[in-house]
Amino acid sequence: MDQDSISPARAAETPQETPAAQAVPAIDVLNVSKLFGEGQSAVRALDDVSVAIGENAFFTLLGPSGCGKTTLLRLIAGFDHPSAGQILLRGEDISELPPNQRSVNTVFQSYALFPHMTVRQNIGFGPKMLGWDKARIDRTVTDMLALVRMEALADRRTDQISGGQQQRVALARALAPRPKVLLLDEPLSALDYKLRKEMQTELKRLQHETGITFIFVTHDQEEALTMSDRIAVMSAGRILQIGSPREIYLHPRERFVADFIGDTNFLAAEVIEAGGGMARLRLAGGGEAEATVPEGVAATGRVTASVRPEQARLVAPGQGALTGRVAGRVYFGTDTLVTLRLADDSAFTLRVQNSLTDGEPPGEGAEAGIALAPGALQVLRD
Amino acid sequence: MARAFEVRRQRGFVTVAILCFIALYAPMVTLVAYSFNAGSSLALWEGFSLRWYGAAWENEAVQEATIRSVVVAVSASVLATAIATMAALGTTRVPHYRGLTAVYALINQPLMVPEIVTGVALLVVFAIVKEATGYHGLFYLIAAHTAFCIPFAYLPIRARLQGMDSRLEAAAADLYASPWAAFRHVTLPLMFPGIIAGAMLAFVISLDDVVITEFVKSAGQDTLPTYMLGQLRRVVTPEINAISTVLLAISVAIVSIFFLVTRKRT
Repeated sequence: MDQDSISPARAAETPQETPAAQAVPAIDVLNVSKLFGEGQSAVRALDDVSVAIGENAFFTLLGPSGCGKTTLLRLIAGFDHPSAGQILLRGEDISELPPNQRSVNTVFQSYALFPHMTVRQNIGFGPKMLGWDKARIDRTVTDMLALVRMEALADRRTDQISGGQQQRVALARALAPRPKVLLLDEPLSALDYKLRKEMQTELKRLQHETGITFIFVTHDQEEALTMSDRIAVMSAGRILQIGSPREIYLHPRERFVADFIGDTNFLAAEVIEAGGGMARLRLAGGGEAEATVPEGVAATGRVTASVRPEQARLVAPGQGALTGRVAGRVYFGTDTLVTLRLADDSAFTLRVQNSLTDGEPPGEGAEAGIALAPGALQVLRD
Repeated sequence: MARAFEVRRQRGFVTVAILCFIALYAPMVTLVAYSFNAGSSLALWEGFSLRWYGAAWENEAVQEATIRSVVVAVSASVLATAIATMAALGTTRVPHYRGLTAVYALINQPLMVPEIVTGVALLVVFAIVKEATGYHGLFYLIAAHTAFCIPFAYLPIRARLQGMDSRLEAAAADLYASPWAAFRHVTLPLMFPGIIAGAMLAFVISLDDVVITEFVKSAGQDTLPTYMLGQLRRVVTPEINAISTVLLAISVAIVSIFFLVTRKRT
């Protein structure tokens, strides 16, 4: 394999990630646990985590701080070693290798650029340590400078460039040795909003052009949804759900996932009958509705169901699955958030798209029906 | 309107400050001034002259003591800095271990021990060693100076290492640097200003030392400070002022460089 140049063609050569067809994943985390401390006071940062991450994927570990996502990243990078379980890189067990013996590079949250080196020297550091010959290092550095559009500042010291530029250098430095996997530890958190948006696009482009698997850690659900091919949602040292952004958003399996990603309405309900991945629910807020039941979720007795605000529609009172009274409206420009109070006094929020023709949604105190889009209601595991 | 308490605005602040500076610097100004005295009195001004600098320059005893001072100071500061660098790495670039605080205290303890005690202790120990080996050379002075210079060299190096982001070493390891390569290409260049500062501090401390040297030196092993002390027991001429002035100038120069090197670059 030509490791010298970054060719867009490589992306096409690598098969698209489909879990069934993928023989050997880029990274395979097998039943990994990580404990910090000893005995009674030990903290279980990762609890029996397994995940296979395919080649040429933009994979995101998403979760609140303390969920174990950074610990998992550090284990893959080699800064820590698992207390139990294995980590395979293209099928080879790397669990006990030090960081310098793994073809995995990291973009640090703080960038960690070498302050005593120029931009060029920073980028060339990895290849130099790998013992590449000078011509090949120079060629790689030139390619990388072009890839992240930093040619003009190549000979600046790293404290003479802006935060966004440091970010690009950190990326180029981590990509230069052509790692099999690139790890990104909340790399955009130090940037302001506009720059962050730019870098999101930039990261997608770089992943696509290099064909290297990116494992991206973030607590920002919007960032995760817009950038990822696949997302693993983590909480309290466990992976709760792995799926495409669409699957995670539309079909969350657990209450935590539904709550953490996007806005959602939780409805208390009772199962009337269930079967074939569907259930008929009697909603505590009044009315009955069909709901999808994700695999592995038991649909019996009392359950919680969720529905996204934009998957419900305001209809005339008496129509639709639910009826409520408007308790408040917030205007957001492109749409309006309408909050209704249901029969059981719970709140239900809808996102109504504003248009010139439909007029304003009903005002406070008005009674309205709520129609749910087919398949929008989802039974969750608590 | 109530103003925040500001010590600078207190009555008499300026007067006290000026008195303090006079107390600090007046003796030195006098010393330097009389080094240019044409006469041979330390108290009676007889016009400007450089004769005492010339006299000191040509004085063989001064030459000898100066060379010995420099040899001892250079050797001791190099050795002390090398040891202090290893000590600083061993107390900052390791996971916390039991007894780390004790090690830290032990390294710095020589700063607290009265010099006279160290001097007497070394006199006793070296007497035994001299008896056993028959060697009476400069090694004893160099060893003693190295020992008391270590904490002075250690402090700036440790400060530098602590101010250094340890994630840089993690980044180097991540980029395929072996532990040794990470040290050579990242840690060492970044701690270098600390090492230079430590070496200079050690050099000045060694150059200045009287007490320990007085106890350790063998006959005919005067350094410049002990030579000067010896001269004071005899006829005192402005020659001693001239030597002091030069020593002062060297110390000020080195300490100035020390501050320039340790000043944080922004």
